[in-house]
Formats: sequence, C-alpha cells, structure tokens
Amino acid sequence: MPARKIKLSTSSKVFYVICYTVVALMAIICLIPFILLISGSFTSEQFIRFHGYSLLPGEFSTEAYKIIFKTPQRIIRAYGVSIMITVIGTFLGLLLTSMTAYVISRKDFKYRNWFSFFFYFTTLFNGGMVSTYIFYIQYLNLKDSYLALILPMMFNVFYLLIMRTFVSSIPHALIEAAKIDGAGEWRIFFTIILPLLKSGLATIGLFLALGYWNDWYNAMLYLNTETKYPLQYMLYAIQQQTQALASIASQAGIQVQNLPSSSLKLAMAVVATGPIVIVYPFVQKYFVAGITIGSVKG
Amino acid sequence: MRKEGLGHEFKKNKALFAMILPAFLLVLIMQYLPMSGMVLAFKAYRYDRGVFGSDWNGIANFRYLFASGTGWLITRNTILYNLLNLITSQLLAVVIAIFICEINNMIFKKVTQTVILLPYFISWVVVGVFVYSIFNYETGLINGMITSTGGEPINFYGWPGIWPVIICCFNSWKWTGYNSVIYIAAIMGIDGEINEAAEIDGANIFQRIWSITIPSIRPTLITMILLQVGRILRGDFEMFYQIVGNNGQLYNATDVIDTYVFRSLITNPDIGVTAAATFYQSVLCFAIIMIVNSVVKHIDEDYALF
Repeated sequence: MPARKIKLSTSSKVFYVICYTVVALMAIICLIPFILLISGSFTSEQFIRFHGYSLLPGEFSTEAYKIIFKTPQRIIRAYGVSIMITVIGTFLGLLLTSMTAYVISRKDFKYRNWFSFFFYFTTLFNGGMVSTYIFYIQYLNLKDSYLALILPMMFNVFYLLIMRTFVSSIPHALIEAAKIDGAGEWRIFFTIILPLLKSGLATIGLFLALGYWNDWYNAMLYLNTETKYPLQYMLYAIQQQTQALASIASQAGIQVQNLPSSSLKLAMAVVATGPIVIVYPFVQKYFVAGITIGSVKG
Repeated sequence: MRKEGLGHEFKKNKALFAMILPAFLLVLIMQYLPMSGMVLAFKAYRYDRGVFGSDWNGIANFRYLFASGTGWLITRNTILYNLLNLITSQLLAVVIAIFICEINNMIFKKVTQTVILLPYFISWVVVGVFVYSIFNYETGLINGMITSTGGEPINFYGWPGIWPVIICCFNSWKWTGYNSVIYIAAIMGIDGEINEAAEIDGANIFQRIWSITIPSIRPTLITMILLQVGRILRGDFEMFYQIVGNNGQLYNATDVIDTYVFRSLITNPDIGVTAAATFYQSVLCFAIIMIVNSVVKHIDEDYALF
C-alpha cells in the first residue's frame, strides 16, 4: 500500500518497529533449532565434547556424514519403508476421503447425515489407547505388520470435512447433466468429479503424506522388527540406544569410543528431515489452503 | 418403515453405498470396534483369556488408580499443561497473525510466514533431538554457553520445575505458525473499506487493531478455544514423550494421562488399571465436550461446535 508511505504518524512508527521486531524475532526463534542441528552435525566430536553444541560449527568436520554414508543400508531401508507407507497410505487415503466426501455431499443421498454423524462421532469419543492397542494386537493381528502403520492414519474426519468443502464447490447441475447423458455413478465420480477435485486432492494428499512421513508412534507401538522401522522411528531408536550406535560403529569398522555419537545423532536428524525442509516451500500454499478451510467449521 | 426405506434407498443408490463402504468399514473396524475393549477398565485382564474372557472386578481398577494418587496427579498435570499451552500458543498466534497482516514489505512477510510455519512440518522425534541438544548436561547449547563464560552447568533433567516452561515454549514453537494461518485467514476476511474508513476518520493503527481486527477474529478465537477445551484431558502424547522421554525424575512434573498410560501399557502387566485411566479420560472428555457445547449453544448458537 504505497499510500501509507506518504506520512507515518509517531504511533504508526512505534507500531511498525514493534511489529517488524516481534515477527523477525519469532522467525529467528523458529529457525534456531534447525541451525543448531545443521551446525552440530558438521562439528567435530572433539569440539562438541569440550564446548557443547553451538550455533556455528566451532571446528568443521564431515565425519558424521561420512560414517552415515559409508554404510547407508540402514537409512536406505528406513527411507524405503517410509516411502512405501507414505505412498500406499496417501493413495488409499485419498481414494477413501474423496469418495466419502462425494457421497456425503450428494444432497439426494438420503443417509448422508447418518454417515456424517457416524464419522464425526469418532472425534468426540474414542476407545482410548489401551482398548485400541489390545484390540489391534489381539483381534486384528496388527503386531509387527505394516498395516499397523497404514490403516490407523488412512482416514481422518478433519480431512473429510476439508474435502467436503472442495466437493461442494462443484455444481450439482454437472452431475445431473452427466446422469441425463447416461453416465453411471462410478463414471461420474472418476471422470467428472475427481478431475475437478485436483486442488482438494493435492491439499489432503499432502496432509496425509506429511502424517505418514512423520509417524513414529504407530511404529513404536506395533513394530518389533528393526528392519521394518520407518525413518522417523529409526531416528528415534538411534537417539535412544547406544546399542544402535555401536552397531553402526562396527559396520563402519571403527571402535565405539571413536564414534562421533554427538554429531552423528544430529546428522541422522538432518538426513531424516532434509527432504521435508527442501520440499516444504513448494507445497506450503496447499497446507495454508487446507488449514484455512479446515478452520472454517464444516 | 425405516427398513423398507433403507432397502429402497440401497437399491436406488447402490453405487453411492459402495463408495462410502470402504471408509465406513475402516472406521467401524479401526475406531468403533476397539471401543468394546473399554470393558477392560472393569476387568482383571489376562492375555490368555482375552478381553472378553477375563474376569470382572467391578471398580477395583479405578479405586487403585486414584487411591495411589497417580490418577489425581496425571489429571492435574494434563489439565494444567493444556490450559497453559492453550493460553500461550493462541495468544502468540493472534499477535503474530495481526502483525504479519500489517506488514507491508511483501518479501519480509513471505519469508517470515514461511519460516514460522516450518516447525509444523517437523516430526516430534526431531523436536526431541532439538530439546536434547539444547538442554543436555554435557553437550547442550545452553550449558556450553554457560561454561564458556565460566559458569556452572545446569542440570535441566534434574530440575522438574523448569519443564513446564520448556514444554510450553516448544508447544508454541511448533503450533504458532499453524494457528496464525487460521487467524490470518480471519483477518483477511475483513472488508478493506472498513479499515480505510477508519483511517480517514483519524483512527491510529492501535485503535484500528483494537476495534476492527480483534473483534473480527473473535469468532475464530472462540472456536479454537472450544476445540482445545474439548481436549483438555488429552495430553499431546507425541510432544510429551519426545520432549521428556522416560525420565523418572521428571514424572511428577511432566506426566500426563497419555504418557502414564503408554508407559504402563508397555511395562505393567496390570492392564486393567491402565484401561481404567483411558476409560475415565474418554468418558470425561466426551462429557466435557457435550456440556461445553450445549452451554455455548445456549449463550450464542453461532459459536457452538455442532
């Protein structure tokens, strides 16, 4: 707004100073942990042991990354698991969410309110961690199964409501016209509705993918086998176990006490988080759109 | 009558029923059927006999949970943390949203907004790594700074009183960007002419914010608070678990219902007591949402959640 530049009153000047300072400070605070992470991962073990982590690498070293990439099998496998879970879960989740949102948006579908309530009720009441855990393990046999990572996060009422908003922007006349032309329900959905839902699918797809990519909770509860760990849980396991570090050391052919564990932990976090931080600026607008729509009560 | 209606409807809309069926079955199996496991709260659970074969033991599990003091402690912690986090994170988000909307420099606006939303995308595991690398005794950032200036390092992990502050800070750190997006959307919804008119009438920027911006985000703020109040008994397990971990020294100050339940589930064979804790949590949460919603509905229909 160039009009404002003409003359600023004192109160405006004061305001803008505060405004820019607070926002800049908040942005810096949001960035500091990332800087610490990257800096620490590039600092030599010696330096960290004596001086602790710091915001600038006191003594530059790529030792930690060298060890990670010397025997990358473990990370590649965890990446593979995470990618597989994310792709399958996101794809199925999108299919379910869009079909369901479409059906409950159809005004001529008599039971739409009944189904809406059926889904919405789960946000008000749920069985809680214990009964869910016992039920999944004893009756659904999900222990140590990839299904335990995929199924619980596939369908979410919040995403359903966002998707419904996207669906309801499609004029009903379009469906009527297709029906008159003799198109069946499935054809209408797949050839007319889905192509019009592109931005909705992108938005929800990204939310689903982020959820799957960052999930470690289900892995912790249900997985036993280390080779099945997704990336985030492997990262957690490495942070926790000196045992895991020791096995990295032996694979890399060095002694445990020579292992740069302090920088290695951070380097692992960098390797696990890197993709998200790099992709994030390009997909940010979809998330902003989704959050905005989701906040408008459905 | 209704059955006939359903049969007729089903024939007419077979395809629509088929489309909604997968999600229906998934939610039924993954969400509704596990609710039956809540009977565990009233049973002496034995793995070999399963949920339904175990013997009933009345309210013994609840009695044990609260007689040991744990029930009260974790309830208190959960409520206090949620209140603290609710106030700080929403307040900060409102302030940041108002400020970002007033910024005229588009590049500055875009960059800061992007950076402030970034923490939302990071898994709690990585946040756990942050917390550790900032606060740990030997190599933490803060202790590194203290010792380099000749001070005595602080043992944060042996100082329960500081953890509410740390948890609150990281909660705000993670959610401020996300919440401010919501408030920014509300502020953008204001008709620009109102602000222009106010400026012509000689209102300064503080007056404009106070009497135009803030009232316009009030409905959003109320909805956000209601949603959080409905979850007042649910601790954010991922946050607490990653920030605090299994650190026995800090349990009194940081244990919430969800972390207690998880730990007991993993370590304690006496699942009945743990189930009692989640039963109590679920039922009370449900009651709170229903009561709050009906009270709000009574006062102003527009603000009710459903």
